[in-house]
Formats: sequence, structure tokens, C-alpha cells
Amino acid sequence: MSERLLRLGLPVLVLALVVMCWHTVVRVFAIPPFVLPGPGLVLSTLIADWGLLWQSLLVTLALTFEGFVLAAAGGIALAIIFNQWRLAEYSLYPYAVILQVTPIVAIAPLLLIYLPQPLAVLACAWIVAFFPVLANTTLGLNSVDHNLIALFELCKASRWQMLWHLKLPSALPQMLTGLRIAGGLSLIGAVVAEIAAGSAGAGSGLAYRIAESGYRLNIPRMFAALLLLSLAGVAIFFALSAISHLALRRWHESAVGRER
Amino acid sequence: MSAPGRIVVSLRGVGKTFESGTVALENFALDVTGGEFVSLLGPSGCGKSTVLRIIAGLSAATSGSVSWPAGEARLGFVFQEPTLMPWANVTDNVRLPIRLARRDDPDAVARALGLVGLSAFARSYPRELSGGMKMRVSIARALVTEPQLLLMDEPFAALDEITRFKLNNDLLSVWQAVRSTVIFVTHSVFESVYLSQRILVMTPHPGRVFREIRIPAPYPRNESFRTSAEYAGFCRQAAEALAAAMSGGGAS
Repeated sequence: MSERLLRLGLPVLVLALVVMCWHTVVRVFAIPPFVLPGPGLVLSTLIADWGLLWQSLLVTLALTFEGFVLAAAGGIALAIIFNQWRLAEYSLYPYAVILQVTPIVAIAPLLLIYLPQPLAVLACAWIVAFFPVLANTTLGLNSVDHNLIALFELCKASRWQMLWHLKLPSALPQMLTGLRIAGGLSLIGAVVAEIAAGSAGAGSGLAYRIAESGYRLNIPRMFAALLLLSLAGVAIFFALSAISHLALRRWHESAVGRER
Repeated sequence: MSAPGRIVVSLRGVGKTFESGTVALENFALDVTGGEFVSLLGPSGCGKSTVLRIIAGLSAATSGSVSWPAGEARLGFVFQEPTLMPWANVTDNVRLPIRLARRDDPDAVARALGLVGLSAFARSYPRELSGGMKMRVSIARALVTEPQLLLMDEPFAALDEITRFKLNNDLLSVWQAVRSTVIFVTHSVFESVYLSQRILVMTPHPGRVFREIRIPAPYPRNESFRTSAEYAGFCRQAAEALAAAMSGGGAS
């Protein structure tokens, strides 16, 4: 119980200390708000601009969610295809890696040339997020217990049965890890694309608000938008962790409490 | 059920050389009669498991033949580890073989669980069970198809002695109840004598039958058999054969 209290209490304490330092530094050195706004001003800006920022958050979250769903579907589907047809893996895997290692910041402006803006943002979110799903699901599908495979062969299981009743459930923990990483990454992908698009002067997502506020030296709003973005990322992470926990709690060691 | 007295499976001149060049089996012959309990006894690495895998069709013999005079038998296979699906509860683990064969039948699952004494744990998950209980689930899964031939690959090797004795007794009562044929692989002299009607002692590198020992003691066998002089005598006979087999007595 006391350990739980510490785990909750210590981060809150650190937060309080940082906010206090921040506040004091701004006060003592009389830093103007267009350089560094104090925490109080950021909060009041967040409340004052709530209507605008909330609308932008919804736009960004919608694109992030769409990117995530497409990345999850695409990553899992590709992993299954790779697992079922070796030749597909050999031919396509290198390109999946190339897509992953090329920095998204460099790809985003190109995508914005060829695609309408929302579609380009979606594509960015997808490119960044699908690879961890693909890589982790592939690993899971390839690490099935060999004796269980022998058992399925003994039962003359069809390829489809082997996939559905054995490989997919056994890959579920790795798949969920991939999805958890992908959730945060799809937000990053969406933000990168919005910033790239924002400098071209279009869009209404939260990242665009950050870019726009930057140009207008409206630093308090920039901070407020950044705060919202971080909170959104944290919320996505916790939501996906909760889903993962619910799916695994009955059987997987990672989700089961250790008995002492 | 398997027809008693008729040969269920027959291996002739079976050899197995792995890709690495290791010769696991050479000129291996075995006839198993319906309803019989046969043990393959030998040190680890003598190809006992390979024999089972070849009979089950999980591995192909490099030479020789496997024939089924009474038609191909329905098989049950019990691995060395419980090999359960951790994401499925006991019921779903046991019903897997009939589900894959699209002959799902809740009664068969209940019967199999009853045979191994796990009816009360139908909804438990493997991680909630002890090692012995997991092995019982594994045996129930092998029994659910009502196999004519049950292949068991050192199923109790990883269990403590007390659990093993208990499972030995339970296996014998299951065998008496379902009257299937059993080929049981073990490296334990005591286990093989306690369980079987016939023991085939194998030589290592390459695996071959070194000697056949018959255990004519009647069933049901129980703890009083385990402490009898008769049992001790058979154990000694089997242990001597095993020692001779291991000291490279190539000829049988």
C-alpha cells in the first residue's frame, strides 16, 4: 500500500517542485510572457482559449486515431501475410524497414505535395505507427511453442486453424506491445505532418496551433497547446495499456500479479 | 478401444538420420499389440522420442517402414511438457483436438476431465494449476478423441516423485478404463516396471532394441506391488539390461 502511495505521490511532488521553480524563475527574473510565460498564465490561457484549442485537439486526435487504426490493421495484416508466405516477407520486409528508418520529418513535406492535407497527415501517422505493430506481431507469430505446433499438426489442423487458434492468440502479448508503441507514434506522426503543413499555411489541428502561435509570438497559447498534446499522448498510452492488461490478465505473466 | 490381440502398429528396420548427420535410430523393429502397455526404456538421446514422433507422423523415417495392419489408429500424444495453451482455460485446452476436427462434444470433454480427476478445475487457467495438474490436463486432451493408441513421451519426467507415483496409478486406471494401447517412453527403470506389460530396453547411438523384458504381474497394480519382492526383481532385471545396453552391448 505504502509503495503504491509512493508511486503516485513522488511524481506529483516532482511536478509541484518543477512548477514552483518555473514560477519563481519567471517572477524573480521578470521574464516577459513572449519569452517564457509562467505556469499561471499558461493555465489561464488554456482556459481562455479552451474553445479553440479543444476544437484543434479533436481534429488532431481524430487523425491520430484514424492513423492508429490503419497502422494496427496494416501492421497486423502485413505480419500475417509475412508469416504465411515467406516470399512476401523476403520481398517486402526491407522496404518496411526503409520506410521506418527514413525520418518522417523528411517525408512529410513530400506527402503534402502529392496528397490532400488531411490524407497526408493520415499517411504520416500511418508510416510512423505501423512498423512497431508489424515487427512485434511478426516476432509473436514466429515464437509459437514448437510442441503446440506439433500438436496442431497431429490434429491435422488446417493452415487457417493453426493461425486462428494458435499463432494469433500466442502472438497477442507482442501484438499489444506493438500497438501500445504505435499509439504514441501515431500522435507524433500526425503532429509532424501538421507542423509541416502548418508552415504551408493550412490546417486546424493542435500542432498547427502551436506553429501558428509561434509565428505570432503568442507563447502562452503555444505552451497551453503543448500541454494538451502531452496530456493526449499520456491518455492514449494509458488507454492502450489498460486494453492490453484486460486482454492478458487471465493468462500472461506480464499482466498477472506475482504472489508473495 | 483397440482390438485386443491384433497388431496395431508395426515398425520394421526403421532408421532415422538427422540433417546434422546424427544417427538417432538404426534398424529399429517394434510390434505393438492392441490393448498393450509397452514402455521404451533407455538413456536420454537413445532415440525413444524419435520412435514416437515417427509413429505419430511428426517426423519421417529415413529408412524402414511403419505399418498399421488394422488400419491407421486414432492417436493421442502426450508431450514431455504439458504443452497447454496458456490463453485458454482447462476445458478449451482439452477440447482442442475435437474442435480442430470439427467434432466438438462437451460430453467428451467432461468425460476426459473426469478420467483424470479434474472436473472441478474445468474453468481454471493453466497458470493456476500445479505441474501435476497441468500434466493431467495434457493427458485429458490426449484422451478426448478416445484414441486407439496413446503415445506418451516421458510425460512425468519433470514431476516430483510423490506426484509421479500418484499419476502412475491414475494412468493405469485410465488405461484399464479406456482399454487403449499405450506406448510409454521413459528413462526411469522403476516407472517402466510399475506401468508396463512389456519393456523394450534401448541402446543409445544409434537407438536400437537391446532387450525385451516382460512384466507378467497382474493389474490392477498398486502400492503393494511397488513394495513387493517381485517388483524389485523386475527392476533389477531392467536395470541390469539398461546398464548392459549403455555399456555398448550392441548385439541383442
